[in-house]
Amino acid sequence: MAEAHTHDRHEGSELTETQLRVRALESVLVEKGYVDPAALDLLIETYETRVGPHNGARVVARAWADEDYRRWLLSDGGAAIAALGHVGRQGENMVAVENTPDVHNMVVCTLCSCYPWPVLGLPPVWYKSAPYRSRAVADPRGVLRDFGVELPADTEVRVWDSTAEMRYLVVPMRPEGTDGWSEEDLAGLVTRDAMIGTGLPRSPR
Amino acid sequence: MNGVHDMGGAHGFGPVEPEPDEPVFHAGWEGRVFAMAVAMGMTGEWSLDASRYARESLPPAQYLSSTYYEIWLAALERQLADLDLVAPEEVVAGRSLHEPRPLARTLPASEVAASLGRGGPTTREAPRPARFTAGDRVRARNLNPATHTRLPRYVRGHVGTVDRVHGCQVFPDTNAHGLGEDPQWLYAVRFDARELWGEDAQAGVSVSVDAFEPYLEPAS
Repeated sequence: MAEAHTHDRHEGSELTETQLRVRALESVLVEKGYVDPAALDLLIETYETRVGPHNGARVVARAWADEDYRRWLLSDGGAAIAALGHVGRQGENMVAVENTPDVHNMVVCTLCSCYPWPVLGLPPVWYKSAPYRSRAVADPRGVLRDFGVELPADTEVRVWDSTAEMRYLVVPMRPEGTDGWSEEDLAGLVTRDAMIGTGLPRSPR
Repeated sequence: MNGVHDMGGAHGFGPVEPEPDEPVFHAGWEGRVFAMAVAMGMTGEWSLDASRYARESLPPAQYLSSTYYEIWLAALERQLADLDLVAPEEVVAGRSLHEPRPLARTLPASEVAASLGRGGPTTREAPRPARFTAGDRVRARNLNPATHTRLPRYVRGHVGTVDRVHGCQVFPDTNAHGLGEDPQWLYAVRFDARELWGEDAQAGVSVSVDAFEPYLEPAS
């Protein structure tokens, strides 16, 4: 697929065909009483401002800071994540998988764009793109290199293709040098890509 | 269906290109398309599985040359037309030309938070015991339905190991086509990369797919 951001960038100029079509469709749906435009505004606002990777970062930080929570998260991801308030659409069946010195996990949806919305928000363009969907399952180490991540050759790579309604959250390894850190500070090290498995947490230094 | 959406293992798409500080939507219309698709989905006129089928059954060249939200838009228009909710000429005109069809429900702004919070649970009571258990060797069946399926081509015919038993869930293959939920057991099945891609595959790599019981048969 083409990159989304190549479209629709000329702000202030004439409307594109797609913009006009989307406006027309919305007008018809509203006129027929099928959609409430205020509900559309709220749906957009929810994923632009409230639901995003900062939610997942708090889950990971809690798991790093609290051993009981970590065990709960790995054995019943749905309940442990719900306990922090992250529930709902596209997160109905959550599974958390943990990276260790021996195992690195990476999540993809080769068939469409399945992604754990309540903890990560909506997926980035690259996650939905043909390059990622095609290569993550056959060349995961090459994909990791595209992200600047080189794993030790003896680290096992486990790819999870989200082909059904299970949604996966990667729990990355806690960075060295963070002993005694608060959950809030730890959460600041957890990136979106680290929770997909295409990145690593930020370094504390 | 064996469509271009089933991309696992395909070559030639180039490198993955992460975008630093990527916005959630790259243009206002993308957000509107996203929200319209979600709001119309919540009317219950169609299932999420049906939406996926509508997207993957766009013409292959169109699918591959469209951006993600262009795909959503085209599929939404098709679903609205197929269900006699919005005729194509109404989108062209930008106004309603026919009487609206009554909907069982719509999504008012006051219900957005609660509705997103409820989500769309797909777990169902099991009609029968699970056939497989963790550790079982299973073969992904060589199925090629022209209809919706969630068994990717790259695992068909290959042998893997049941890694997890996820529970019993709505079966997309029937639900996408209005043929009922027909709940089936769902398993994470893990395949060694060499089983999938041959001797030259990367060492120490495995791939798990979530596979419904009808996709699997025992392998000894």
